[in-house]
Amino acid sequence: MTTQSPFAIEATGLVKAFGTVRAVDGVDLAVRSGSVYGVLGPNGAGKTTAIRMLATLLIPDSGSARVLGYDIVREADKVRSVVSLTGQLASVDEDLTGQENLVLIARLLGLKRAQANARAAELLEAFGLADAAGRLVKKFSGGMRRRLDVAASIVVTPQLMFLDEPTTGLDPRSRNQVWDIIRALVDGGTTILLCTQYLDEADQLADGIAVIDRGKVIAEGTPAQLKASVGRGALHVRLLDSDQRPEAERVLAHELGTVHLEADPAALSASCADADRAAEAVAALSRSDVRVAGFSLGQPSLDEVFLALTGHPAEEYADAAAIADQEEQAA
Amino acid sequence: MSATPTTHADSTPADEAAVRRALSSSARPPLPSPLSATLTFGWRGMLKVKHVPEQLLDVTITPVMFVLMFTYLFGGAIAGSTGEYLDYILPGILVMSVLFTTVYSGVALNTDLTKGVVDRFRSLPIWRPAPLVGSVVGDSVRYLVAGTVIVVLGVILGYRPGAGVPGVLAALALVIVFAFGLSWVFTTIGLLLRSPNAVMNAGFMGIFPLTFLSNVFVDPETLPSALEAFVNVNPISILATASRGLMEGNVDAGDIGIVLGTAAVLTAVFAPLTTRLYRSRA
Repeated sequence: MTTQSPFAIEATGLVKAFGTVRAVDGVDLAVRSGSVYGVLGPNGAGKTTAIRMLATLLIPDSGSARVLGYDIVREADKVRSVVSLTGQLASVDEDLTGQENLVLIARLLGLKRAQANARAAELLEAFGLADAAGRLVKKFSGGMRRRLDVAASIVVTPQLMFLDEPTTGLDPRSRNQVWDIIRALVDGGTTILLCTQYLDEADQLADGIAVIDRGKVIAEGTPAQLKASVGRGALHVRLLDSDQRPEAERVLAHELGTVHLEADPAALSASCADADRAAEAVAALSRSDVRVAGFSLGQPSLDEVFLALTGHPAEEYADAAAIADQEEQAA
Repeated sequence: MSATPTTHADSTPADEAAVRRALSSSARPPLPSPLSATLTFGWRGMLKVKHVPEQLLDVTITPVMFVLMFTYLFGGAIAGSTGEYLDYILPGILVMSVLFTTVYSGVALNTDLTKGVVDRFRSLPIWRPAPLVGSVVGDSVRYLVAGTVIVVLGVILGYRPGAGVPGVLAALALVIVFAFGLSWVFTTIGLLLRSPNAVMNAGFMGIFPLTFLSNVFVDPETLPSALEAFVNVNPISILATASRGLMEGNVDAGDIGIVLGTAAVLTAVFAPLTTRLYRSRA
């Protein structure tokens, strides 16, 4: 039933417009079976629209795609029987309990009542939700909701899973839990298409990344290639006293070169890939009596990736709101 | 909104090894039949009533209010006595209350669409109209509750249907079948309009005049002739007449035919339309 092709997803020239806004404007994707493929971009870049086309929820205006060998338009039913979707809004029913949600999905996938109950219990246990099984989902925390959402997606193990911003809005601990679950899924052989706004997340999980901007893929490669193409990491420093920023800027410029002043008047950053040099720079600040509240050595942020790749910052476009609106109206 | 933390303590973390075991232990079963998928969605509707029983208030309190208000406020003026008017209006109120409830099918569907769970339903390999048919079937239980409340209250107030329990059950069944057909009109509206409120307003703007311009409350013979002509062909009048007939034991088989035919036509036109809109919704 699967294809001979080594690719779980092959998309060519996908286009979807809402009114005058071309949300997805000629996207090509090739995702290897068994891999995690990250689609990285800011809000409104077209990630969700692309995923919704591949998951057969939207019909493309032009272009074509095969998912596990099935055409997403002509063989939509077959696609639906081998994929599962975890949408940007948690795709669970808030008015039901955690247990009822999983039983509902299990029954809809053909499990008998007893099997469905057993499967729901097994998944709740595995995802650390057994204690909350009888609680209404609207009373779940964001992290619990996401875990339930992922659990609902593997009631029957899919060959391909779409994950649309699975950790947006989660605290770091919940985010790590969701990441652990995704890694377990991949070990189990599921191919994952992961949409994310965070380079960090794509870096942690993905084997390959496509950077998408204004509906187009603008860069593609492994996380390492992508970061190399962007440049280096940065030392981020926060000062106790924002009046000392000019002095801090002078010191860091001397130690590291280019300094970037952040919107926060007490924060600044300088490009730096090397931990030793960063430590020296922090020590130099201290020698100059600049009082530092905190510092960190970070990878290039999505902002920096975007700036480097497109020459414009990865802001949420005004278009994003327009697209959301159009999607609603398109009903 | 999905990410808003609540005051509840987070649960224990997921166990990676257990997640792996859970993955490997599942084989893909054969897909459910359309009937089974539909009933599962009906069950979902029941669960919502179980968790939020307040939503049954509109199908219990409102009919009680209508029966009491119309019987005692207008009974004397319209029919000469409250007892006589009760005989006339009880089947009518049954029709009206159940038909008003159908508007909520559209409101509920519109509310559902704003939630992420619809994406999951639409990405499942199930019979595509199942979520819709299932929720409309689930709503039939609400109609049954509304109908039962009205009949029981009527009996308490002194209503004695000539055809007894079988007649009442037949009338209830007929009203529910018609409501099933009519609710597809409102699910279509529910998919066309943008907010639950707009659906509610549009729905009542349609159902309210149609119900009042029927023989539910008054004998059409007292009306101006143009109005009378409309009232006589209004399917809601025919439904009310057929319900009275079934409850009294003097029903006209032709009326039943018209009611069932209307329900069938409404379903045939609006159910596929609803399904199409649901599928193509972005």
